[in-house]
Amino acid sequence: MPSLIELAIAVFLVIGGVFVFVGSLGLAKLPDTMRRLHGPTKATTLGIGALLAASILFFLVMQNAGGIHEVLITMFLFLTAPVSGNLIAKAYIFRHKDIQESLPPAGDRGGWATLGEQKPAERAQRQPQRRDGPSAVE
Amino acid sequence: MRARFLPHPLLAATLALVWVLLTNDFSWGAVAFGLLLGLAVSKLTSVYWPRRPRIRNVPAIIEYTGIVMWDIIVSNVLVAYLILFRRGTSLRSRFVMVPLELESPEAIAVLAGTITLTPGTVTADLSADGSALLVHCLETDDAEGTVAAIKSRYERRLMRIFQ
Repeated sequence: MPSLIELAIAVFLVIGGVFVFVGSLGLAKLPDTMRRLHGPTKATTLGIGALLAASILFFLVMQNAGGIHEVLITMFLFLTAPVSGNLIAKAYIFRHKDIQESLPPAGDRGGWATLGEQKPAERAQRQPQRRDGPSAVE
Repeated sequence: MRARFLPHPLLAATLALVWVLLTNDFSWGAVAFGLLLGLAVSKLTSVYWPRRPRIRNVPAIIEYTGIVMWDIIVSNVLVAYLILFRRGTSLRSRFVMVPLELESPEAIAVLAGTITLTPGTVTADLSADGSALLVHCLETDDAEGTVAAIKSRYERRLMRIFQ
């Protein structure tokens, strides 16, 4: 039933294209950096996910070759998208005084990590030097 | 002895598996090179990973993955709607603080990533002592509700995986 498979591939391609487009549109349309971050960090995960699903289907059925690369691409995207989003947000907060003043206070927690000075005592408490894992005794 | 040469067996095995999958063509040479790569990378980076996260409760991991996948689909539709049909300046965006009960750095990293990938929220920062996350919401009138949802839906499940 190649026509049904072709239909499914086409549907995935359209869904993927729509979400990637909306993600990019959000990046261009929304008014400030923090709101703009929402577009690319989310809309692209489903968009690219659908495109990759189409790719897997196509190569599986049409070329008779299973594609594992697509799964890896999805995995790498899920690992990198939040990290880059987080770094952009941190840089934005760090450079804008008015944003810093609008943040909910985190005073008794040592302040926000991007802005605050961490006391050495706290750092030592958070990072106990435990090199021996649970199975190191074996 | 084992901890010295193989500080992170799970990391080494994952790297080897990813290498074999990347070559996309099974051969014992690729497996050997992948294992070598996994051993070398996990040894060289072990300075940055002083602790080994304890991961158990595999069904909980599968449940968590499923829930996150579903939420990613929902959040994409939701955010797409907000982008397409709302004027950017009319969105009630704000920062909220999510106090954390999780303590292991790996678990907090997973939670931060999940928050970024799911409905209308982006993780912006971590408090200096690691006990709260700063989260930006795209559209919310109920900050407490958002925080409670994050805590009950994701953090509670991560507690079961990591602690």
